[in-house]
Amino acid sequence: MSLLEIENLKLDIGGTPILKGIELKIEAGEIMGLVGESGSGKSMTALSVMRLLPEFAALSGRIGFNGLDLVKASEEDMCALRGDDIGMVFQEPMTALNPLKTIGEQVAEGIRLHTGANRTDAEGQARVMLQRVGLPPEKFALSRYPHELSGGQRQRVVIAIACALKPKLLIADEPTTALDVVLQAQILDLLRELVNENRMGMLLISHDLAVATEMADRITILRGGEVMETGDTAQTLSAQVRPYTRQLTQASLHVPERHKRVSATTSSSNESKPPLLSVKNVTKDYPGRRASLFEKPQTFRAVDNVSFTLGEGRSVALVGRSGCGKSTLARVILALEKSTSGSVAFRGEVVTGRDEAALRSARRDMQVVFQDPYGSFNPRRTVEWLVAEPLHLLDKKPGKAERRELIEHALHEVGLQPSDMHKYPHEFSGGQRQRISIARAIITRPKLVVADEPVSALDVSIRAQILDLFAHLNQKLGVAYIFITHDLTVARAITDEVMVMHEGRIVETGKTEEVLSHPQSDAARMLVEAAPDLHLALAKKMQEQG
Amino acid sequence: MSETATHRERGFLREAFANRSFATGTIITTLIVAMALLSFFWTPYDVTKLVVADRMLPPSWDHILGTDQFGRDVLSMIMVGARNSIAVALVAVGIGMGIGVPLGCWAAAKGGYIDDALMRANDVVFAFPALLSAIMITAVFGPGAINAIIAIGIFNIPVFARVARAGALSIRPREFVLAARAAGKGPMLITIEHILPNITTLLLVQGTIQFALGILAEASLSYLGLGAQPPMPSWGRMLFDAQTRMVVAPHLAIAPGMAIVFTVLGLNLIGDGLADLLDPKLRRRR
Repeated sequence: MSLLEIENLKLDIGGTPILKGIELKIEAGEIMGLVGESGSGKSMTALSVMRLLPEFAALSGRIGFNGLDLVKASEEDMCALRGDDIGMVFQEPMTALNPLKTIGEQVAEGIRLHTGANRTDAEGQARVMLQRVGLPPEKFALSRYPHELSGGQRQRVVIAIACALKPKLLIADEPTTALDVVLQAQILDLLRELVNENRMGMLLISHDLAVATEMADRITILRGGEVMETGDTAQTLSAQVRPYTRQLTQASLHVPERHKRVSATTSSSNESKPPLLSVKNVTKDYPGRRASLFEKPQTFRAVDNVSFTLGEGRSVALVGRSGCGKSTLARVILALEKSTSGSVAFRGEVVTGRDEAALRSARRDMQVVFQDPYGSFNPRRTVEWLVAEPLHLLDKKPGKAERRELIEHALHEVGLQPSDMHKYPHEFSGGQRQRISIARAIITRPKLVVADEPVSALDVSIRAQILDLFAHLNQKLGVAYIFITHDLTVARAITDEVMVMHEGRIVETGKTEEVLSHPQSDAARMLVEAAPDLHLALAKKMQEQG
Repeated sequence: MSETATHRERGFLREAFANRSFATGTIITTLIVAMALLSFFWTPYDVTKLVVADRMLPPSWDHILGTDQFGRDVLSMIMVGARNSIAVALVAVGIGMGIGVPLGCWAAAKGGYIDDALMRANDVVFAFPALLSAIMITAVFGPGAINAIIAIGIFNIPVFARVARAGALSIRPREFVLAARAAGKGPMLITIEHILPNITTLLLVQGTIQFALGILAEASLSYLGLGAQPPMPSWGRMLFDAQTRMVVAPHLAIAPGMAIVFTVLGLNLIGDGLADLLDPKLRRRR
């Protein structure tokens, strides 16, 4: 008998069918990867097993676990199971912990509840568990609060809570999505070790095919609440029997077609013309916490003496771990934040330290695309208004008809309809919103677009489309890009050069292919090694599974 | 476009009236406002006419809420008094919003010393009990409806300044504000186009609550003889006059008391309902 047997699981929320007959089996000691795009029902499957569904959810079918049917189990039975036989790791380590309780209390809480151990014993066990997940009590006292830990450390605490009672089944819902690649690799290693040690079954939910391939023994591909395909990871992904599996794999591996721009023109004219963007010795300090009232507050150096130049029509990736100063550098370049020292010149004109009026012409040719397709629009404005916002920078304000034409043109350029103009942002999907965001960035025909993690919030197939769009616009309009990303596949896909940033400094620069295949600096090597790579992962799995 | 807009509006109204506290609050408040408006055209009796023969009559069919010590009809006085209460509270909220919101937005946009100076000045005004300071102001400038409005209005300013500033600070780091800055828009334009539309809901909820508090403050001031002056009837003054005759004619105290209670209750229910309705996180639960 399998550890977990899901048979014909159907879920209805408020009359909308969410899951349409899911079948899934997990054996003890096995990692099952559950892969699919957003809205495919991955998380709902996990929540069904935990019976933590929202109100008005109608569940039917069978979830066999431990000789019990969880669909029919009483709330009392479920309470006994949750946290004891079934542990769960959530996506967002920032919100999965109670900010008012120490990490020791939070790990001990479940132990005390389920085993009836007294406080001292439970704390002892918690100490052992935290040590196991890589938070030795000598360095991370049990009396620490979540806010005193970094994102990766918090996720370790969450894992400690989930695994404290050696559950038979561990459900991990996108456990590494909020973390950068280096932390992701560490957390995945930890999860794998814990599974092996205790012969747990694990349901790993991920939108990242590479992560799932690396980790899972078997894989289930979900789409629209239905299981598209299930089987051994290597076999499923290499045979690609179902068209959707092929589609998903190809989207994950997608590299936009880019014709090499004739580099002769750029290199010969480079000597006479100033580069599009030149950043010289830029440093940015943030005021830190004051140790006492009379002391000068310590400063935190986010960007440390960074210099580089960017030629017209070039696209460069700025990669690095989270918190390395990538976004701060981008904001300094865009003159949204003042640098502490150093200068940024755009087309030979210095933009640092100028007032808004003097910045107008530079701003016109320098636009931005943000990561979060939900947060980058004022929810109370129509698309027409939002896309036209940068037109404010034109010296001659376009007339009504001309304005409309510009908007239509920009929307057309990113593959949207003119009729979309009158809609509000919430009527669009994440990918469409990112298109609107790009339309807004290109409406003034800028020379440089700074894109801050533009595709990391998107599903793989949408991601492929947006990357195509970026490549297409680069070709058609000759826009130069600075791509800020922690995802090396994105960098590899669409940039000529890559700059690796580490603790505020640029530690390595070079052609994208060279840096990614032969990284020189430690920081770059760490990033490259940790990055999940579908090709490599699949090759490895093929060897293991034959 | 207009079609979708009205469609959305209609959907919102239906949802609004499905919210029990909002619906009850709206009904109560509408009744009281209607009563005040009606008093401009018609009242059962003239409130300035004294009929000594009919003094302190208990409620009857002729005088539904009875008469006071001068033989004036209490219902008529309540109706005319509503005018005064609503006008004072409304204008006071207007003053508070009109000055407080720009101040709060300005503080949020500028930051640094300006922010500190403005908010500390706010704290100073806030530190005085509102009613005490209102008494001070009316004591200096003399009693009367206008001075009551100014006094209550001044103490609404810091409330709205704080709410506006907090709201603006939570909107400012959002990416759409950054995008607007990248589009070269100045702090003034960003405040008008991006920040204000996103904090109106907050201000609206605070506005109804301040409105209710304004009604109470006006009643307190006129109870102390610092609000509207006779012969203009006001709820607070009616309560004061009824106080010494509590035992003989309790209806004199009950009527204005109930009027105040219902108005404040109605407004608070609206505020409560609005907060639920306008917060998308809470909206689904009802």
